[in-house]
Amino acid sequence: MAQAEAPHVVAPQIGETHDAAGLGRARATAFVLPALVLIGVFLVFPALWTIYLGLTDYRLTGLAAANPQVVGLDNYTTALGDDRFHTSVWLTVEYVAGSAVIGQAILGFFLAWTLRGHRLKALIEGLVLLAWILPGSVVAFLWLALLDRDEGTLNAILHTPGFAWLLDYPMASIIVFNVWRGTAFSMMLYGAALESVPPSHLETARLAGASTFQQLRDVVLPRIRGHVLTNLLLISLWTFNDFTTFQLTKGGPEGRSEILPIYIYNVALSGGRLGFGAAISFLLIVINVVFALAYLRLLRRRST
Amino acid sequence: MIVLSGLTKEFPGGGSGIGGKEQGKVTALDRLDLEIGDGEFFALLGPSGCGKTTLLRSIAGLETPTAGTVRIGDVDVTRLPPGKRDVAMVFQDYALFPHMDVTANIAYPLKIKKVPQREARAAEVAARLSLSELLTRRPGQLSGGQQQRVALARAIATRPKAFLFDEPLSNLDARLRLEARTFLKRLQRELAVTTIFVTHDQSEALALADRIAVMDAGRIAQIGTPAEVFQRPATTFVASFIGSTPMNLIPGEIAGSVLRAAGATLPAEGVPDGPITYGLRPEYADLSRVEREDAFGGTVAVVENLGTAHLVTLAVGDPYEGTFVQAVVPEGEEPALGETAWAVPRPGRALLYRDDLLVTTTTMSGAARTSSGRA
Repeated sequence: MAQAEAPHVVAPQIGETHDAAGLGRARATAFVLPALVLIGVFLVFPALWTIYLGLTDYRLTGLAAANPQVVGLDNYTTALGDDRFHTSVWLTVEYVAGSAVIGQAILGFFLAWTLRGHRLKALIEGLVLLAWILPGSVVAFLWLALLDRDEGTLNAILHTPGFAWLLDYPMASIIVFNVWRGTAFSMMLYGAALESVPPSHLETARLAGASTFQQLRDVVLPRIRGHVLTNLLLISLWTFNDFTTFQLTKGGPEGRSEILPIYIYNVALSGGRLGFGAAISFLLIVINVVFALAYLRLLRRRST
Repeated sequence: MIVLSGLTKEFPGGGSGIGGKEQGKVTALDRLDLEIGDGEFFALLGPSGCGKTTLLRSIAGLETPTAGTVRIGDVDVTRLPPGKRDVAMVFQDYALFPHMDVTANIAYPLKIKKVPQREARAAEVAARLSLSELLTRRPGQLSGGQQQRVALARAIATRPKAFLFDEPLSNLDARLRLEARTFLKRLQRELAVTTIFVTHDQSEALALADRIAVMDAGRIAQIGTPAEVFQRPATTFVASFIGSTPMNLIPGEIAGSVLRAAGATLPAEGVPDGPITYGLRPEYADLSRVEREDAFGGTVAVVENLGTAHLVTLAVGDPYEGTFVQAVVPEGEEPALGETAWAVPRPGRALLYRDDLLVTTTTMSGAARTSSGRA
């Protein structure tokens, strides 16, 4: 398991002599082929097509739509020199760090830790999970209703009529929104991970006089390190690529909540610059892969 | 000195619905009093669910009692957290931290207490338990016996007022268990630190402990030395629980100083008339091939080989409904199946129970000490 090039989803190749299902090569291929064709048509081809588009000046309308020209790496140099792109990357970092790493992961762990063995555990877990299983558009609508300037629930509760949350604090709003929506996953995952910590280990630490912080540092975290990393990988990738906030702010006002996926949408579909959008999409993929590799490297360092 | 007084622990019952307060409480400890002397090796013995582990955990501070107090030395520790009680516990699964090596595991409580030169102290204790070669290993690379010694070393290194062992031997395989038992007893003698251990294995309690508390349903059925508990079980519960072969408990009747039980007629002077349970350990019954009045006659139903002896089960009376009486027979003298034989009680070895409590008599039990147990 030394290769670091690609994330391994599948176990290492089993030798051909091991034909556990007894199908034979031809029939085994026949079983796999339809799935491969679907993946090829709907995943691999669009991905390659995006890379190609990123090298052209293809537009939604106009002359370049009819006759796109290959412009080489122009799109990439433009993007890397563009302030709007820089802002968007920075906002995305804020969004991922704030809502996924700090918000969901830490709040989720806190909930899982405090709910251990609590008699209301099932009830609270159920409520938190509800926020997670609701479709994004439904949740977004609920939050629009909550944060509305004139009729919003929040303003009614806080007695702050006319306060425009989404205009004045767009980033804070979408970060809180995403924490609310996604914490359940971290909570459930950490809850399951904490079950794997033997009570006797925590009790040994308690008998030694360890504080809660020391128990977490010395007993719990070393034990659930793999869970923590997996969770961080998943939620940061999901948050990185999250588009739901478009329904709240559309990236505005003035691009102040324009995280990368929304930036791409605004540029490529609203602005019509498909080639440029494709180039940024490719950059997004590269950032995702770098993320994933970094986590996987950390995961592999797990001591045994 | 560890003193428990009126210790009670109730757990909320299984059907814990919202608002279900009073129903379904489980009483794990029921107004329990106990005194354990300094340096004593004390066993809490009983079947699962009798409250022995709850008792140990209450002393450790891992359970908060519903009522009553726990004193260690001169200090009332009832409300103190586990870390401030100055006790060390060894868990059944040893609870070694898998990501730390042996030294770090042993030194962990010292690290929390910020003891200087803890590595050296850990190494010293490890040497005493023959762990010096293994200091840099992780728990996953140790055998069960080695893991147990590391857990012991971690407890010893803190120099506590008392050791608490939860089923210390039950995770070892049978042969190693005997070795570890001898080792544990020697270690406790050398350290001379008050040690309380929980076990469900009566042979372990008899072999290790200075005194044993036999527990049943949250109460102490009897406290005594292994000899007392073995020879004079205070209740039929203790009688049936202690001993590698269960005691014969034969229902009978006393009328005019004569006891009749399962066909045998035995003298019973000084015991009031009425129903009685006649208790006799199989080890204290001899087998006779000749018919006797004062013996339990029956056909040999089962013969079990115990190695140096045989455990013979006689069916007394109707072979399908009757009473069974067991006797231990030396090797070479075991009867054939279906043979008729008589189990003869050795004089002064039988115990009489009325309403499940021991009836003290001079004639029946020989030694006329008062029972040290309480019911």
